[in-house]
Amino acid sequence: MSSTSNPLLEAKGITKYFGTITALENVNLKVHAGECLGVVGDNGAGKSTLMKVLSGLYKPSAGSLFFQGKEKILESPRDSQNLGLEMVYQDLALAGNLPIGENIFLGREPTKNLGFIKLLDFNKIKELTNAHLDKLKINVKSADQKVEELSGGQRQAVAIARSTAFNAKVVIMDEPTAALAIKEVGKVLDLINSLKKTGVGVIVISHRMDDIFTVCDRVMALFQGTNFAEASLSNTSRDEVIGWIMGKK
Amino acid sequence: MEDKDKKIESLHLKLIPYFEKYGILLLLVLMILVMHILQPDVFLSWRNVTNVFKQISWQSMLALGVFMVIVTAGIDLSVGSIMMLSLMILAVVAKAGAPWFIVVLTPLIAGFLCGLFNGLGITLLRMPHPFIMTLGTLYIFRGAGNLISGGTPISGFTDEVRYLGHGRIDLQWLGLEKSQYLPVSLVLIAIVYIIFWIFLNKSKTGKWIYAIGGNPNAARASGINVNKILIIVYSLCGFLSGIGALILAGRTDSGYPNAGLQSELDAIAACIIGGASFFGGRGTVLGVFAGVMIMGILRNGLNLMDVSSFWQQVLIGSIIVLAVYIDVLRRDIGTRK
Repeated sequence: MSSTSNPLLEAKGITKYFGTITALENVNLKVHAGECLGVVGDNGAGKSTLMKVLSGLYKPSAGSLFFQGKEKILESPRDSQNLGLEMVYQDLALAGNLPIGENIFLGREPTKNLGFIKLLDFNKIKELTNAHLDKLKINVKSADQKVEELSGGQRQAVAIARSTAFNAKVVIMDEPTAALAIKEVGKVLDLINSLKKTGVGVIVISHRMDDIFTVCDRVMALFQGTNFAEASLSNTSRDEVIGWIMGKK
Repeated sequence: MEDKDKKIESLHLKLIPYFEKYGILLLLVLMILVMHILQPDVFLSWRNVTNVFKQISWQSMLALGVFMVIVTAGIDLSVGSIMMLSLMILAVVAKAGAPWFIVVLTPLIAGFLCGLFNGLGITLLRMPHPFIMTLGTLYIFRGAGNLISGGTPISGFTDEVRYLGHGRIDLQWLGLEKSQYLPVSLVLIAIVYIIFWIFLNKSKTGKWIYAIGGNPNAARASGINVNKILIIVYSLCGFLSGIGALILAGRTDSGYPNAGLQSELDAIAACIIGGASFFGGRGTVLGVFAGVMIMGILRNGLNLMDVSSFWQQVLIGSIIVLAVYIDVLRRDIGTRK
């Protein structure tokens, strides 16, 4: 949590054009191990674009990304996943017809060899899922339960569990509480706190001041595609942050 | 009170998956029982049972292919035309005097390439829905089949070419009579269905096919190459239609212009009756098999009782509507909204 140590992930001078539109201009961002950075901004401020640059979905027009001090070029979401950069999408990106375990390991399923053919190792999926859910203190009836049978909060928990199942070092969450009932919000925020304790760097994009002020250590505001303001949580207030979102200092 | 609710809820949770998996088999068994009671001497005789399997042999291949496509929330309207085109290519190649091992490969390759064409069209041309691409190829493939054959039937294949559709496995060594043989097509159905059951349930690609049907965005975000999987699915569907053509060649000893006409609708009907959901991501290989069997037994049984084929159409249509209504109810119970 000390800002003197090297950041896990650092973005320097990120600029992104879409044709003649400037979505981001010279944006800087950094997050340390075990730290939670809140990113706020009005609609169209460039939050989503910035996150998509960090997850490898967009290539920046200019600027560079540093991961653990080394410059990295991300060509696709696979590249960022391989580095340990995981994204929790706002629409959760879960397949409702599949069980929890198969969602967590989707695309990266463990297999066992049977002669020359590779078959899915369902026992291992279940074992790893239970161990991982236990570690994050996520309660579900069974790893075999289909995701469509879960509540919104449980689904969000599964999405977060998936993002951390492969030794994630940085987890980026887009509006993690937007679709949740009030009592479920607390559970998800607890989950973010327990992620921080395991040394994961977390970036949370949120409109909800309550979320930002419960889990974040630092908050930065984007305004019209540029860095507008940044402060550690202890040095700011809700009213000030809300002012930043609207472009007032 | 709450405890009781919980018990009922957990009983539901436990029972629903079984009902989803095996409910359709219950319907199948019920139908067999009813038919047996109505036609006690004939229906379960060796001759009639093997007859049913011979009749459903090529439809079962089409239905399995269409099923995989439906699992991805797609549709393939062209399977009947793929089968007809593959059959015509087989007939032309056979008439040209090619050796049998080349002749039997041609419909498989032709079917695969037709399916590949569908898959590439859907993904590369970014068709808004597979319905449109395969509606187009429904006409294209049948037209092509008539172009290469001149629109006339081509008959007369060698025994090797006809083996899969027409061959018999003698069971006299088991002490059975000569008339009590096993059709090769029945063994083929079993082998193909087992292979595809393993593929869909136990392989990564199979799991991804279900994931794409459940939520294509989730599949994409998980690093799955959705377009590649879709191309594989449509190609395999075409390949199965090619196997269907080979079976049909054996059964009818002829390539004819009306082969497989409207059989895409039978294939879709079998999937739907068997519990595959049009929304994608739901359905089992066992269910498709049951769906094919239900349609086959219905036709066979009604024929035995001399019921008009018009009534068969009415009944099959009614079963489709009923089966989908059950699907709707199941979704209401099984999922949260």
